[in-house]
Amino acid sequence: MIWQLDLMILTLVVVCALVTINIKDLLGASVVFGIYSFLMCLLWAEMGAVDVAFTEATVGAGVSTIFFISAILRTTRRSKD
Amino acid sequence: MRDIYEHSAGEDLIIKTSVRLLVPFIQLFGLYVIVHGHYSPGGGFQGGVILGAAFILLALAYDMKTSQEYMTIRVNALFTNLGAAIFIGVGAVSAIFGGLFLDYAALNKLIPLGPIEWHSFGIFLVEVGVGFTVMSIMVLLYWNLSSSGTLDEGL
Repeated sequence: MIWQLDLMILTLVVVCALVTINIKDLLGASVVFGIYSFLMCLLWAEMGAVDVAFTEATVGAGVSTIFFISAILRTTRRSKD
Repeated sequence: MRDIYEHSAGEDLIIKTSVRLLVPFIQLFGLYVIVHGHYSPGGGFQGGVILGAAFILLALAYDMKTSQEYMTIRVNALFTNLGAAIFIGVGAVSAIFGGLFLDYAALNKLIPLGPIEWHSFGIFLVEVGVGFTVMSIMVLLYWNLSSSGTLDEGL
C-alpha cells in the first residue's frame, strides 16, 4: 500500500461522488458515476482485493453504466427546476 | 448509394467493424475468466458479465435484431434456466450420493476421480452454471431496458 496513491484516489472518489449527487444532467451524472466506479476499482486493486476489483470493473464501470444510459434515453428532457 | 435515413443515429462503419473484430476476443476472455475462476481472480459471475457485455456491445453497435440473431429470446430463456439447473443439479446430486448440499467430494461415488479432483471439478461445474445464468440475465436486462419491455425495437 502506497499511502500517497491511496490518498489521491480517495480524494478523487469523494470528488466524483459529490459531482454525481450535485450534477443536474442525468447523462452526465451516470458518466461521472462510471468514473466513480472505476476509481473504486483502482482502490480495491491497490488494497489487494483483486476479485472485488474485477467485479467492480465489470459490473460497476461496465454494465451498470450502459443500463443507466439506456434507461435515461427513455426519459424526457423537460424539467421543472 | 443507400439512403441515410435507413440507419439510426450513431451507426458507423468504424464502430461496426471494430465491434465485429472485438466481440470474439471479449467472449474468449470471458470464457478464460470462467474456466480459471478457482486459480486466479474472476469466476462465474465476472465471466458471465463479460460474456453478456459482448452481446450488449453487439446490440449497441448494430441493433437489437442483430444481437437477437446470435442469441434468440428462446435460447436466452433456455440458458437462464440451464445455468440454475446446473447449479441446483450439482448440489442435489452431491446431496443424493451421501454428502451435504454442494459437497462435491460425495460425487466421487458417481464417477471415481478422487475426492480432491472432485473438489476442483465441482466448483468448476458450479461456476459454469453461474456464468450461463448471469450472461443471459445481463443480456435480457439490457433488452428490456432499451426497448421498454417489448424486446423488438431497441437503441
